[in-house]
Amino acid sequence: MGLPMYSIPGTAAPAPEGPPGAGSAAATGAAAARVPPADRAHTVSEVLGESQADAVIDELDRDLVGLAPVKARIRDIAALLVIDRLRMNLGLEAQAPSLHMSFTGNPGTGKTTVALRMAQILNRLGYVRKGHLVAVTRDDLVGQYIGHTAPKTREVLKRAMGGVLFIDEAYYLYRPENERDYGQEAIEILLQVMENQRDDLVVILAGYKDRMDTFFRSNPGMSSRIAHHLDFPDYAPAELLLIAERLLAQQNYRFAAGAREAFAEYLAQRTGQPNFANARSVRNALDRARLRQASRLFADRERRLTAEELSSIAPSDIRASRVFQAALAAPNPKT
Amino acid sequence: MMTNPVHRITQGQFSFLPELTDAEISLQIDYGLARGYAWSIEYTDDPHPRNTYWEMFGMPMFELEDAAGVLLELQSCRRTFPQHYIRLVAFDATRGVESVVMSFIVNRPSREPGFGLIRQEGQGRNIRYTLHGYVTDRPEGERGE
Repeated sequence: MGLPMYSIPGTAAPAPEGPPGAGSAAATGAAAARVPPADRAHTVSEVLGESQADAVIDELDRDLVGLAPVKARIRDIAALLVIDRLRMNLGLEAQAPSLHMSFTGNPGTGKTTVALRMAQILNRLGYVRKGHLVAVTRDDLVGQYIGHTAPKTREVLKRAMGGVLFIDEAYYLYRPENERDYGQEAIEILLQVMENQRDDLVVILAGYKDRMDTFFRSNPGMSSRIAHHLDFPDYAPAELLLIAERLLAQQNYRFAAGAREAFAEYLAQRTGQPNFANARSVRNALDRARLRQASRLFADRERRLTAEELSSIAPSDIRASRVFQAALAAPNPKT
Repeated sequence: MMTNPVHRITQGQFSFLPELTDAEISLQIDYGLARGYAWSIEYTDDPHPRNTYWEMFGMPMFELEDAAGVLLELQSCRRTFPQHYIRLVAFDATRGVESVVMSFIVNRPSREPGFGLIRQEGQGRNIRYTLHGYVTDRPEGERGE
């Protein structure tokens, strides 16, 4: 072709774009830049095969203990997204689905972990471009004086573009008792971006169930923009024990004979106490057991330690816990 | 001879090309982000080549992953200063580099009058030359129209 690769604006060959900043042109441009990874697939397995999303979902199933309703829900969402992708390939639907979610549940039930996996799944299916997770709380969004909140919130939103914005304890954003609270401003900016830039980022709000319900009741705009509400159940004792074993295995530790039963008893005591944070409490308990194991081994200076001894948690390491002592002091806590 | 036949100033990258579309700008931003550059937005109404430091529109954007964030800020700058020059600047913070590594204009005023060459007669037959932007004949704030 003899045509030059450039054109001078104002001459015969028109520039491909109108005035800079034209809204519709910007929108189509952004859409064109975001080519879905599976734009020619016509079967579910083709989409899954090209996107590798199945691998992440299987990993989620395998790695996370319990959480059956959450896993089922994520499979549903993934299925919907795959079908949407197929529909889009056939030209049936052009509108991007709303993917904002709310994760409710007690502390330590795996909300952040699932959010991380969710970001990966959405990325593999082509619904977010980069698939990173930006975890923030009220402090990162709300400013301290007039005019501070908007830039602060926008900065966080900019960082989260192309990925997932995870707002932990989102209900702190809204403080009805203080009518001049800047949290409302952050919510408004958030709502605007959630609505207008649906294909640029996905927002996940997380927190306790009852307080999130109150939050949604007082912010109907927020509630109506969130398509998926996932409730994270507490772990059953058997699941907590399984989590403990996996955590230990990850760090090359294991329960010695009798330690597993001791830990089960520990859990039975601990779950009844205040501030029990499910998997997080399990992790902390194990960290303390490792401390006790270390000081037990440390006490005997001259002994030659085997790998076996170095990697096993003895029942005494667990039974030395404060939880058992409290139970001894009050022999019948039920009454 | 006309010194400015197309009535466009040419500064930074891509300035001999037609205006980049937003999709093309996104690709450039993504290229920079993939190399760990921090993008920032600057604007001015005085495009003199020696006017190196333009006004900053907000803070430089660190820790971004995706072009959409920069584009969001660019749109808001275009809304605020539709008749100014706006450029995107990428800063490379790598030790030893620590300087601007990309810069291109993404918004221009609708009329770009260009520059005049001023000759000042000095001692003897000396002549001193200087560039004068016609746009600066008007006061700040009235230059865009």
